[in-house]
Amino acid sequence: MSTVERKYPAPAVNPEIKPFFDAAAEGKLALKKCAACGQIHHYPRAICPFCASDRTEWISSSGRGTIYSFSVMRRVPVPYAIAYVTLEEGVTMMTNIVDCSLDAIRIGQRVKVVFKPTDGGPPVPMFAPA
Amino acid sequence: MTIRGKAYIAGVYEHPTRKADDKSLAQLHAESAMGALADAGLTKEDVDGYFCAGDAPGLGALSMADYMGLKLRHMDTTETGGSSYVIHVGHAAEAIALGKCNVALITLAGRPRAEGIATGTVPRAPVAAAPDAPFEYPYGPTVANQYGMAAMRHMHQYGTTSAQLAWIKVAASQHAQHNPNALLREVVTVEDVINSPMIADPLHRLDCCVITDGGGAIVVAKPEIARSLKRPLVKVLGAGEAPKHQMGGKIDLTYSGAVWSGPAAFAEAGVSHADIKYVSIYDSFTITVLITLEDLGFAAKGQGGKLVADGNLISGVGKLPFNTDGGGLCNNHPANRGGLTKVVEAVRQLRGEAHPKVQVKNCDIALAHGTGGSLGTRHGSATVIMGRE
Repeated sequence: MSTVERKYPAPAVNPEIKPFFDAAAEGKLALKKCAACGQIHHYPRAICPFCASDRTEWISSSGRGTIYSFSVMRRVPVPYAIAYVTLEEGVTMMTNIVDCSLDAIRIGQRVKVVFKPTDGGPPVPMFAPA
Repeated sequence: MTIRGKAYIAGVYEHPTRKADDKSLAQLHAESAMGALADAGLTKEDVDGYFCAGDAPGLGALSMADYMGLKLRHMDTTETGGSSYVIHVGHAAEAIALGKCNVALITLAGRPRAEGIATGTVPRAPVAAAPDAPFEYPYGPTVANQYGMAAMRHMHQYGTTSAQLAWIKVAASQHAQHNPNALLREVVTVEDVINSPMIADPLHRLDCCVITDGGGAIVVAKPEIARSLKRPLVKVLGAGEAPKHQMGGKIDLTYSGAVWSGPAAFAEAGVSHADIKYVSIYDSFTITVLITLEDLGFAAKGQGGKLVADGNLISGVGKLPFNTDGGGLCNNHPANRGGLTKVVEAVRQLRGEAHPKVQVKNCDIALAHGTGGSLGTRHGSATVIMGRE
């Protein structure tokens, strides 16, 4: 297990996405669902990328998913694992896999959301082995 | 309406420098431009269309037209990262076909080495208000780990191996040994690649392209002008372009936008895979080549590993000679953008002007493909097919 943690840069929050990071501050993973076509998308948008409706609504994710792919960045002072995690709700999101040995990460592994503080901004969702 | 046969590649130039401490960015663009015009036998007074992308200084086309003293009636600054210049060839042919310009100049240049940029291993600061950035930048997306995720998934889903990927670098190095301007001219083996340091799993140091300063330029001309020049005639037969992105979260890293740009280019050119004698394939990483060759239809999806292995990409040895200048993996990746040099080497092959050790026999039809941005997030794919007349 890595003892030194990477410092996570803060996301640039704007009004369109502020509810996502407000939810993150409360330990909840928010997603956007379209009331017109019923599809969930990520990253969250005001306009549905599938049907162009502006009737998109915030929902809560279970925070559980599986690793779609990952890569451990080795040639840096503090190695870290970037990944795409496919949530139970069906969307796949970029994230980091944390709180585990970087050498034990596998595609298909079950993971659950954890929130990590950023450098001067709101916390962001990351994932740890479930 | 088609661009087939409506425009010719009249001139090409690859700047010989690989480290440009003593030159400005605008100067590199202009030196490349004059090199391509001289190759064509034209002057800057003949240019009435200009194409450049995000690497150009200042306000792009405006700043470079000012610097070079160009009088223009057509400009295009389409920006899709390293594939921009492959798109520009298609757009230049469109503009010429419509009579919007007669002689189109495309330039590229950059100085990432002189400026000490950590190209592949440090996340790039997001461009202003990029809507994806708040959901990506905190996680440390570098060029290397984004392509690493694409490679990792391909290996998981199709059983592709590091040794198969390594063969792509081996083939590039076999070609680069004959290129006196190539940054890396040493021939490497599969073992050399696999034993080189891991950068971002599963990509090793030798799976990654070089970082070079330099530039290049292409001159596209209307048929009457091209035929009046003393150079071999290289005709634009067809072009295709497409973005691929995250599809609202329905992410699939196993294919690229080449699944759309390739068929469009083949259809417009009216040629089949068996007609293609040489391919220039964007090679930011070894995995980029493998996925692209599958998506262009040179192998079934998932079977690219078998296609690239055992020297099959080596000119004079394998069935599908690629990147005979050494490509981005060994020769040159000016400005961290490799699309322009892909077109340049394809034109050399079609003219019969590649190095004799790598020249493909009877090379009458060639394909050049660019992948700009990132296979791991969003990219612009561009395919152009050209033929010798």
